[in-house]
Amino acid sequence: MAKEVSPGVKALRKVVEDVYADARKAKAEGKLVGWSSSKFPCELAEAFDLNVMYPENQAAGIAANRDGEIMCQAAEDLGFDNDICGYARISLAYAAGKRAARKIDWDKEDGYVINPRTGKPLKDADGNIVMGPDGKPVKDPKTQTPYIVLEDIYEIEALPEGREKERRRESIQPYRQMRMPQPDFVLCCNNICNCMTKWYENIARMCNIPLIMIDVPYNNTMDPNPENVKYIRAQFDNAIKQLEELTGKKFDEAKFEHACKQANRTAQNWLKVCNYLQYKPAPLSGFDLFNHMADVVTARGKKEAADAFDLLAVDLEKNIKEGTSTLPFPEQYRVMFEGIPCWPKLPNLFKPLKANGINVTAVVYAPAFGFVYNNMDEMVSAYCKAPNSVSIEKGVEWREGICRENKVDGVLVHYNRSCKPWSGYMAEMQRRFTADLGIPCAGFDGDQADPRNFNEAQYETRVQGLVEAMQIRKEMAE
Amino acid sequence: MSLEARFQEFKAAAYAPKKLLNEYKAAGKKVIGVLPYYAPEELVYAAGMVPMGIWGSNNKTIARAKEYCATFYCTIAQLALEMMLDGTMDQLDGVITPTICDTLRPMSQNFRVSMAKLQKMPTIFLAHPQYRRPAFGLQFTVDQYTNVRNELDKIAGHKMTDEDIRAAIKVYNKFRQARREFVKLAGEHPEAVSAVNRSAVLKAGYFMEKPAYTEKLNELNAELAALPASNWNGVKIVTSGIICDNPVLLKIFDDNNVAIATDDVAHESRTIRVDADEEGDPMMALAKQFANEDYDVLLYDEASNQNRRGEFVANLVKESGAKGLVLFMQQFCDPEEMEYPYLKKALDGAGIPHIKLGIDQQMRDFGQAATAIQAFADVLSM
Repeated sequence: MAKEVSPGVKALRKVVEDVYADARKAKAEGKLVGWSSSKFPCELAEAFDLNVMYPENQAAGIAANRDGEIMCQAAEDLGFDNDICGYARISLAYAAGKRAARKIDWDKEDGYVINPRTGKPLKDADGNIVMGPDGKPVKDPKTQTPYIVLEDIYEIEALPEGREKERRRESIQPYRQMRMPQPDFVLCCNNICNCMTKWYENIARMCNIPLIMIDVPYNNTMDPNPENVKYIRAQFDNAIKQLEELTGKKFDEAKFEHACKQANRTAQNWLKVCNYLQYKPAPLSGFDLFNHMADVVTARGKKEAADAFDLLAVDLEKNIKEGTSTLPFPEQYRVMFEGIPCWPKLPNLFKPLKANGINVTAVVYAPAFGFVYNNMDEMVSAYCKAPNSVSIEKGVEWREGICRENKVDGVLVHYNRSCKPWSGYMAEMQRRFTADLGIPCAGFDGDQADPRNFNEAQYETRVQGLVEAMQIRKEMAE
Repeated sequence: MSLEARFQEFKAAAYAPKKLLNEYKAAGKKVIGVLPYYAPEELVYAAGMVPMGIWGSNNKTIARAKEYCATFYCTIAQLALEMMLDGTMDQLDGVITPTICDTLRPMSQNFRVSMAKLQKMPTIFLAHPQYRRPAFGLQFTVDQYTNVRNELDKIAGHKMTDEDIRAAIKVYNKFRQARREFVKLAGEHPEAVSAVNRSAVLKAGYFMEKPAYTEKLNELNAELAALPASNWNGVKIVTSGIICDNPVLLKIFDDNNVAIATDDVAHESRTIRVDADEEGDPMMALAKQFANEDYDVLLYDEASNQNRRGEFVANLVKESGAKGLVLFMQQFCDPEEMEYPYLKKALDGAGIPHIKLGIDQQMRDFGQAATAIQAFADVLSM
């Protein structure tokens, strides 16, 4: 039986679906569609009614749909080194027109060539796995999927109209992230990383489109200095001017204020939802937040996102009253998951956690998207506080805050090959978590998008080590 | 003095910075370490202290830095931290830590935290703006440089004046001018300046005191300028990348009759292309100097839908008379890696052959590089 989906989760899914659908519609109608970094002040684009897509969210989705490797490889074939961030590689391949597509069966009128290695084992009427003559389980043909090959939309577009063109167009993977419209402009804010700057410059060059840039220098203090705020504030004015030129519209103050109001509501509701992880046991699995992040990324400035998080809070409240949880096993340990998840390997990440009764009750994404502010200067300060643009002390304060409030027993640190600014001071942070909170930490190597950089055996060993350390600590406390 | 004796002087400085550091300290001078990139060294000089560049090391192995870094970080930054931790740099009175790339961002924190923990030295944080040219960007650079100035004053124990900075700018303009002249002359006279010697001369500039270095370099330049026109018959290339100062690697160029016509290397020419105004507000002059830097993988290009940098480098190759380009791709260097496809596009468009050599500072075996360089030389000679 399919798992029942709560009204809040349904609403959150719809918000993201709609953002993509609206952008596809806008593109079809000849309207501008932009691509934006996830922590660009979306309020500015909302004030101009612009349709905006988010390559980071897209890349995570592509990776989760198992097409990270073929897209990363496509970027490498374009000359981008495999050391570069996996999101950037996926996005750059996409911007260059590369697509993951199902392999067409040209011998037939319709259909694709099925990859015999895919699919789940076929079960008989009694639920037993059917074995083939070779002694291996027979695959259920209904669950089998085609081979995935690389397509190029520019090659397709150059074809004469006809069946070949049509079939190749249709063969592109049908999920939304692989059907995202090409950009007419890009919005870049490097509060996340500097890689973002060059990533977006590359997109601007590939597509010959304008780039609107907000530069957020790295911060060495607990709070942004007044001179940083002044510098970034001036860039907001600059960006507004560029958006006016791009759209031919005047900046609409009322729309901007409305977007700010909604963005604040979304941020507050997001934080509210994240805070449900403070309950022990928690009414949700922390992995749920990884899925709901799509909403804070793609629809922060929209009323629908704020409303959907409100609905989710109602679901969670109900779970607490009923003593239930979305966590599909009893919660024995609570950990903070440090870093971006390995999207292509989410089930593999989850497996040993489930086996050991570990719930992720703290994620750094909670404070990372909690952009709450009352005026323009505070808004600037809020956008200075991305995980990779704050000092180590600020980063430790955030994390130790949620570790305490969410009562974690340990920390699982993802040394993310894709993310140098994030992983670059984690060793020192780990030492601080243990010194300040007395909790064990375990690190593992992985990647947010490229499955080739994740070693499942190492991960399982590290989780096991963490469990043993948490167990000893628990016993000593008892 | 023979040319060889002159080169030996530069080599002595380039290959043994620790000895120079000891000498400066023995003479009662204060010394400030300067990490890449674009730190306003002029301020260190203006404070009456000696700046010494820290661009990793070709002789060290990463050990202690592993306590702070995962493996996938550029070895320049990791080896800089290694030397801060292992005692090599203990005599420094401070270090400036810029943050213009994604490795240097968290590394600035590792430097600060570890130096404080070991009670070694103060670190001076520096964040450059990517909007370098608009008024608000210039002001931000001035603000950041003012922080650096104030921190340097504290270490020096006295306040530098604007006049001190103006004097420093003059010293540095002469320094850069002499280096540019040397790069040009070395390209014209490969029979007299080997790739190994060229690098040593440029590298020594990071360690020697600037006026003395400039004087020696001007003397060398005068001798090179007086040489008869070169009858050299090898092939000329342009180098590009963050750093290529390993004499073992560079000797392969010399052995294969491959000369460096000019370079687009961060450690070499990318830092000496632009001078600062000698008149007016000296802090603004330094900010404007940074603003005028261009065509660098580390810097934002407001005309981002064009391929200005790629075309600039392709033109550099054409104008220098070189036949090809050798790119030293520093492992784990995102900015350099991100700009490679468009550099390649510009080079291919201009019909300029190139090779990309993956390098890092812990490499000790250059067999593969030797084969690639030899093959490239053969192709270019045809």
